[in-house]
Amino acid sequence: MQDIDVKSLETAFQDRIDQEIKIEPRDWMPEDYRKNLIRQISQHAHSEVVGMLPEKNWLTRAPTLKRKMALLAKIQDEGGHGLYLYSAAETLGVSREEMVRDLLSGKAKYASIFNYPALNWADMGVIGWLVDGAAIVNQVALQRTSYGPYSRAMIRICKEESFHQRQGYDICLQLARGSDEQKRMLQDAINRWWWPVLMMFGPHDSASAHSAQSMKWKIKRVSNDGLRQKFVDQTVPQLEFLKMTAPDPQLKWNEERGHYDFGEIDWDEFWNVVKGVGPCNKRRLAVRNKAHDDGAWVREAANAYAQKNN
Amino acid sequence: MNNNLYQYLLQLGDNALILGQRLCEWTGVAPELEIDLALSNIGLDLLGQANQWYEYAAELKGGDATPDTIAFLRDAHEYRNVQLVELPNGNFADTILRAVIFDTFNLLLHEALTQSSDQRIGAIAARAVKEIGYHARYCKNWTLRLGGGTEESHQKAQKALNDIWDYAFEALTPGPVDHWAKEAGIGPDLEQVKSKWEATLQQVFHQASLQIPKPGFVDRKAKSEGIHTEHLGYILAEMQFLQRAYPNLQW
Ligand SMILES: [Fe+2]
Ligand SMILES: [Fe+2]
Repeated sequence: MQDIDVKSLETAFQDRIDQEIKIEPRDWMPEDYRKNLIRQISQHAHSEVVGMLPEKNWLTRAPTLKRKMALLAKIQDEGGHGLYLYSAAETLGVSREEMVRDLLSGKAKYASIFNYPALNWADMGVIGWLVDGAAIVNQVALQRTSYGPYSRAMIRICKEESFHQRQGYDICLQLARGSDEQKRMLQDAINRWWWPVLMMFGPHDSASAHSAQSMKWKIKRVSNDGLRQKFVDQTVPQLEFLKMTAPDPQLKWNEERGHYDFGEIDWDEFWNVVKGVGPCNKRRLAVRNKAHDDGAWVREAANAYAQKNN
Repeated sequence: MNNNLYQYLLQLGDNALILGQRLCEWTGVAPELEIDLALSNIGLDLLGQANQWYEYAAELKGGDATPDTIAFLRDAHEYRNVQLVELPNGNFADTILRAVIFDTFNLLLHEALTQSSDQRIGAIAARAVKEIGYHARYCKNWTLRLGGGTEESHQKAQKALNDIWDYAFEALTPGPVDHWAKEAGIGPDLEQVKSKWEATLQQVFHQASLQIPKPGFVDRKAKSEGIHTEHLGYILAEMQFLQRAYPNLQW
């Protein structure tokens, strides 16, 4: 009897998805759909928060007042994205404290891209241009995701991300027009970020654990490889405009396909960073843990004060 | 160039720049995400204000001067901020107590500057005063929370106040440029500002159950003679790195 009920609920659920009706927090949903979304949205939120750290690294050294303000505003936006996304995940019945605990213990993942170091000022340009650029390609696809609160968070976030991308590209343009040293900085930053950025789209569709079910539930709308190709196609002309190169000898236009061909990602590196053995994994988590521990007494004080005064 | 006016603008701009730079250090590592965003907001306001004071200063100076040459290409003894704003962030209580002392002063100063005989100063102050009003409220609210929260937060807040208090008075102690500004109707009488500042802080600290330390007055001369703490050199080494390592470039 119960089995039949669940079956019919599942059918009705899939029907709604197929008809492009958004799933809202109070709607019935399969337990795996809920878990899958919590995993994805919380990972996304953690990525925004950890993603503040590589850019923070250059904030106090930004070369002009204008750049310093723009960078601070951008990092602040990322923190704001973290907040919306934690709220979106909370609608699925998980608390921000639990999610943060999983991040700090290393149980939850965040985007591997932020486990790479920001080594020179050009990294601030290249992160905005390529990392935010890749995030936009992913996130534009997610605006149509089936879960209402996530979809709405994405729409709001995408507007700010495109601003970040323009701002990042503007730093790159300035360096590309600058001195030999500035050009060297820019090429160095592109060389270091290029492959990790292509990795942001995840494993090949054939090797992706969550892809098929996520596509059926329309949590995910376009495949990893499809998004990666889209990103490369839109980025190469921008790279050429800067008169810079990508560290990929196989990158070239394929007339027949109407797309750029590009080389194979180093998947060993990809999985290593995912598993926690990347250049900055330990450092990023240590910084988040220290901030959280150092802040404990402040959060306790605020709670105690609120209790005494209400 | 009116050197008094120029120096006065540097006092205003440098306080905003150096405190803004200090607040940038909290980015990404504040006690919680909401605090992170609020401190970034305050930092952004301050950097924006610094930029406006320097624009005016650069016009006075003429030649190739820009807000960036003023912000990035002076040596430590040429900065005219008070020592208070260059003190390290310390723990969150240190940052908040530094801020409540400074922002209370800064709000009173900017309220007075809206009436400046110099219209440009009046206009910049009129925009800034709303922002600084928010900063002062934010820091006051946190002072109350820390003072009245837990025993640990109370102790940390009291220690912060004890450590910082003898830096508090420099901003309120008129130097030659402040005397000039008062005479010219450009800036307020700091004696009057000081009495309002003391009254406001006494009330806040009383409400937060914090004891004001004995008036440990130290004659600090950063804003008038450029005699800073040892911290400023490090702030500038970091802040000016690119401009110094690769001079005369566009960024
Ligand atoms: Fe973001
Ligand atoms: Fe962004």
